[in-house]
Amino acid sequence: MIALEHVTKTYPKASRPSINDVSVSIEKGEFVFFIGPSGSGKSTIVKLLLREIQPTKGKVYVNSREVGNMRSWRIPHFRRSIGCVFQDFRLLPNRTAYENVAFALEVIGKTQAVARRVVPEVLELVGLGGKEHRYPQELSGGEQQRVAVARAFVNRPLILLADEPTGNLDPDTSIEIMRLLDRINRTGTTVVMVTHDSNIVNQMRRRVVEIETGKIVRDQPRGVYG
Amino acid sequence: MRLKYVLSEVAVGLWRNVTMTIAMIITMAVSLTLLGASVLLYLQVDKMRQVYYEQVEVTIFLKTQESSTAQRDAIDADLKVDELVDTYDFETKQEAYERFKEIYSAVPELIAQTKPESLPESFRVKLKNPDTFNEFSARYKGREGVDTIIDQKALVEKVFSVIGSLQTLALIIAIVQGVAALMLVINTIQIAAYSKRREVAVMKLVGASNWFIQAPFVLEAVAAGLIGAIFAYATLVIAKIYVFDGALEPLTAVLTPMPWGNVHLMLPLLAGAGTIVSSVTGWFALRFYIRV
Repeated sequence: MIALEHVTKTYPKASRPSINDVSVSIEKGEFVFFIGPSGSGKSTIVKLLLREIQPTKGKVYVNSREVGNMRSWRIPHFRRSIGCVFQDFRLLPNRTAYENVAFALEVIGKTQAVARRVVPEVLELVGLGGKEHRYPQELSGGEQQRVAVARAFVNRPLILLADEPTGNLDPDTSIEIMRLLDRINRTGTTVVMVTHDSNIVNQMRRRVVEIETGKIVRDQPRGVYG
Repeated sequence: MRLKYVLSEVAVGLWRNVTMTIAMIITMAVSLTLLGASVLLYLQVDKMRQVYYEQVEVTIFLKTQESSTAQRDAIDADLKVDELVDTYDFETKQEAYERFKEIYSAVPELIAQTKPESLPESFRVKLKNPDTFNEFSARYKGREGVDTIIDQKALVEKVFSVIGSLQTLALIIAIVQGVAALMLVINTIQIAAYSKRREVAVMKLVGASNWFIQAPFVLEAVAAGLIGAIFAYATLVIAKIYVFDGALEPLTAVLTPMPWGNVHLMLPLLAGAGTIVSSVTGWFALRFYIRV
């Protein structure tokens, strides 16, 4: 499903590679944590998977397709099969929760009729039933992240990427979000989560891939943060 | 439905930065007006050439005091058999005087001071091929009784070259203004892209296609080009009515009338030029400079 084969990425003007000869393989339906200190290369992996950047060496496979040398005009279509949530939520401030999620449908050509059917459903799924017409500033951090998850999930992508999704949330809310991601994982969606939240990792006991200065130092099936 | 989204984005974008939009439209209108004027002048000169070359004559002026009938008859005989000559006519002093009175009818004092004897007789010659003037002139130049040989084509060409210079000037200004207009288009798109950076980021994240993201910005440029072209067309229409047919009316005989068809042709031409150039420039700026 997802695979990195001897991937190295060195940013221009950097003295050392951000990730160095990394190989890892993730099967469909897995839930994987990428952990490590700041600067270890975790976010680089997310960017590679989203094809925001290209590897300097090696191959990146997502949904069994090699994305390293994908043509730039194919990228938008590719991104529709991946949902992504971020630490800063990345919601549009002048749109309601409903409109934020509907926006994701609108810009890929789905009609308003489709949105009217699908959006309330997914907002219900993430636990925001009844709050569709609130604006982001009227929602708590946890609720905003739920909207982001709803937006990422509304098209039923095969993969959900989460780049430090609990970074701006308190411990209890973080747990709630994790339960949500777990529910999504159970529907068959592969979940890859980058984090340095040891609490969450220890509670969930899933596969843990630890990265340090650009290299994988641990890959454990039911790991803890350590 | 997507079209509605895109069009509403364009309208909002243009209105949000209305001062920029107005500046963009004005510079584009000026550039396109001058471009249109340049094209119209070019077409007009073309028309004038066709009209004038039909009529253009060579005039052999005989010396006012010294020519004799014999000299005149000799020239007449040669003209009759000259293969370069199409038709010719002889103008007597009296006929010259009548024509003089007609041309200078607005200046009676001049007419009062001129007598028929002071005007030269002339042969008005129509050459089969106006370009053979030099050859023709060589044949009659040094002849006794001949004063000067005037090629009207040369005179007419002088008028054409003046108009040609005006046309070139208009074109140069059009280009300079055009560059300014395009800079404003790029600037407007930059501002629009910046103010929409959050939406653009989300669109890229969820996988909106590139043209869908770029379309509203490029269409802002297209809209400006179109509105600018309409203003330019209106300006040219007004110029035709008030300047060409109005202030320059006495010169209509010389400049030949400008057909309305040419003016109307400017609308699609300028609209096409305006929209295509601004949208292509806008797209390039968006893609490679602003990198949306």
